[in-house]
Amino acid sequence: MKNRKNYSLIIGITIVSILFLLFLMGIFYTPYDPDAMNGSEKMLAPSIQHLFGTDQFGRDIFSRVLKGIGTTFLIAISTVCLGAGIGVLIGVLTGYFGGWLDEVLMRVNDAIVAFPSILLALIFISVLGAGKNNVVLALAIVFIPSFARMTRSEFLANRDMDYVKSAKLMGVSSLRIMLVHILPNAIPTILSMMAIGFNNAILAEAGMSYLGIGVQPPEASLGRMLSESQIYLSRAPWIAIFPGLAIVLLALSFSLISEGLSKKGER
Amino acid sequence: MKYLWKKVGTLIITLLIVSFLSFFAFSVIPGDAAQSKLGTEATEEQVKALREEMGLDKPVLIRYGKWITQFLQGDFGESYSYSLPVKEIVLQKMPIMIALVLLSFFWILVLSIPIGIVSAQHENRLLDYIIRIGNQTVMAIPSFFIGMIITLIFGISLKWFMPGCYVPIEDSFFGFLSYLIAPSVAIALPKTAMAVKILRSAIVSQKDMDYVRTAYSRGNTKRQVLYRHMLRNAMIPTMTFWAMTLVDLIANSIIIEKVFSIPGLGTMLITSISNRDYPVVQFIIVFVATLVILINFLIDLLYAKIDPRVSIRK
Amino acid sequence: MALLEVKNLEVTFFQGNASKSVVKDLSFCTEQGEIVGIVGESGSGKTQTSLSILQLLKDNAKIIKGSIFFDGKEISAYDEKKMQSIRGKEIGMVFQEPMTALNPLHTVGKQVEESMKLHLHLSKEDRKKRAIDFMKMVELPNPEDVYHKYPHQLSGGMRQRVMIASALCMEPKLLIADEPTTALDVTVQAQILRLLKKINEEKKVSILFISHDLGVVHKLCDRVLVMQNGKKVEEGSSEEIFHAPKEAYTKELLLAIPNRTTSLRKRRREGME
Repeated sequence: MKNRKNYSLIIGITIVSILFLLFLMGIFYTPYDPDAMNGSEKMLAPSIQHLFGTDQFGRDIFSRVLKGIGTTFLIAISTVCLGAGIGVLIGVLTGYFGGWLDEVLMRVNDAIVAFPSILLALIFISVLGAGKNNVVLALAIVFIPSFARMTRSEFLANRDMDYVKSAKLMGVSSLRIMLVHILPNAIPTILSMMAIGFNNAILAEAGMSYLGIGVQPPEASLGRMLSESQIYLSRAPWIAIFPGLAIVLLALSFSLISEGLSKKGER
Repeated sequence: MKYLWKKVGTLIITLLIVSFLSFFAFSVIPGDAAQSKLGTEATEEQVKALREEMGLDKPVLIRYGKWITQFLQGDFGESYSYSLPVKEIVLQKMPIMIALVLLSFFWILVLSIPIGIVSAQHENRLLDYIIRIGNQTVMAIPSFFIGMIITLIFGISLKWFMPGCYVPIEDSFFGFLSYLIAPSVAIALPKTAMAVKILRSAIVSQKDMDYVRTAYSRGNTKRQVLYRHMLRNAMIPTMTFWAMTLVDLIANSIIIEKVFSIPGLGTMLITSISNRDYPVVQFIIVFVATLVILINFLIDLLYAKIDPRVSIRK
Repeated sequence: MALLEVKNLEVTFFQGNASKSVVKDLSFCTEQGEIVGIVGESGSGKTQTSLSILQLLKDNAKIIKGSIFFDGKEISAYDEKKMQSIRGKEIGMVFQEPMTALNPLHTVGKQVEESMKLHLHLSKEDRKKRAIDFMKMVELPNPEDVYHKYPHQLSGGMRQRVMIASALCMEPKLLIADEPTTALDVTVQAQILRLLKKINEEKKVSILFISHDLGVVHKLCDRVLVMQNGKKVEEGSSEEIFHAPKEAYTKELLLAIPNRTTSLRKRRREGME
């Protein structure tokens, strides 16, 4: 086998680590108070004092981007964990037991998949109301079907394998077969899906916050920063560009990781 | 034919589930429709009277039955905030969304097919690497950020178009269409990158197929093998992606409308969500879902056309 | 002059920095009208030999030594463009898996005609007529009907007949058949072998027949080459190899033929009587 370096994975993990360190740093220290307005320092171009410049209220954009990355990270992590957790659970149960439960859940799955994911999240937001927690909830619900479907097919494929049959004959409990025997086989696929889930969650959160139905002010959010900066685009493009680049880097790093993981799976 | 009927059957079932879910979702909301229609100042009696008038005191299934019957007869209810029939206000926004989606889809096809083919032809050579790196990056840029960059470069600096000056279709068809170029490119770019990736890997995966070797053994040139043999086989997985893309474009058009200040269906949906104007929201959702399901149905039919094996598959 | 002459052929696979020769110093020839068999286990290099004649090796495999002459011309020195005029026209090829070797999305007719389309200027009707003639020759039932069918609608034996018809429709001088019967069941296998024999006699086409089954090769071939680990182990007339093998490896291969033991016992019994 060729032993080529998995550059996607390496680069992806590097960017994520750097961003994560920035996020940790942002919790304890930001150069300026991200919410402090300063009338005398409105829309300053990037400089040594203000790395990314200042916005229309004189707030330091670098500090705000740090906070925004934090918000995005938290939302993405909770969304993916929630969505993957419930999705995998549903997939395990339906895939292993089959029957009417499988039939019903998969039909509902099909109907949910019929919606474009952002639209679906919008529906949930319109039912639940805007805000950070509801964004997490809405996106998690959107992610459940894909995890459920993938885990289910993995379990279906393994359910009739000889090693499962022999485990059953030896009297191993269903729970143990599911968790100890079959689930480990599905882990590489689940991990790769989680990485792409991060990517999707970041983009979706940014989109929803951009539309004003995601994270609500005063909490810093990259998407919201973009939408607020738009009217100043001609005078102070940096207000838009740096939060935008932060979103791109976040999404890019996770899509690289997912790419790298799926390449690894092929070997 | 049997295949077709089966597909039509699933289509109808999925539509029913979708319509029920969207109806159900809005009937469990805290603070019901009567309350939000009358506002907070309304007295309890007024609300109660309106609830009875609107039939809100009846069980969900009965209300759903009534709603779906009216819906099928073309009566989509009345908007709370505009006090106009939903049909009227939504349908006039329709051309904008359709034009935006079709235009973006056009860019995706026009760009991704040649780039995907070139990338596959140069597999693991310099050009392929460049294309793949470009792809991976473009995929990660949200369409609204691309929209803002386009506005900054082509609108504000180069003045190729006037940002924020949407031209209604009634005023000038060409003005309307040319204003949609920038937003449609903005939605199309990330999707194009994905489409290139899918097409490239679909073609590459065909390279080691036995039938490809057979084609060479008959004296086909590389080009002939690619265009006469591999491409059509590679089209099968690619088409699935296109269908998904078309669906995603509908959702993305909602966001991009805001970037370019287009008063379209998305803007209407967002305002209606904030105003809790549920009949409008419900109608848009059911409409979009229907569109999505129809697209998938058409793609399935197209499959049967392109792949002779489909009709015997289960 | 031999129709096909392979001289000191060496084929090597490259993977990263590693390389492995799969065909080593192989020489043999095929005369006009002759059926030559190459026998060996999988991995013996017989398929790579057949692919290297038409330069159909995968990108990571290369002819690094030796030469191949066809009809007096050194085709191993041909570039891709010149090679294309040989493939399908002068040399036809039949592959092992008739299901995957046919394009699933093209009709049978289109695939049988393809070589004609590439090498001959014929009208559509003439092409179809000739395709159907060849489909008749390979004994496909209802050729007009089968012409419009897709590969998945045919049985394995019929698919292999389609493959043979498509390889023959330009009346090549040489037909290379790489394990053409391996994927088929025994009765169909016998039919296909009979068909190849008939084609050889009627059309005077030489056949290079690759197989792992010495029994099958014995039934069909005039001369046999035994290969092991990329090298030629033994060469001789079909009768010599089958009844009086010299090398130990050939004897092993003979023992692997399922019906061989019974037929030996039978012969011994006949000898005693």
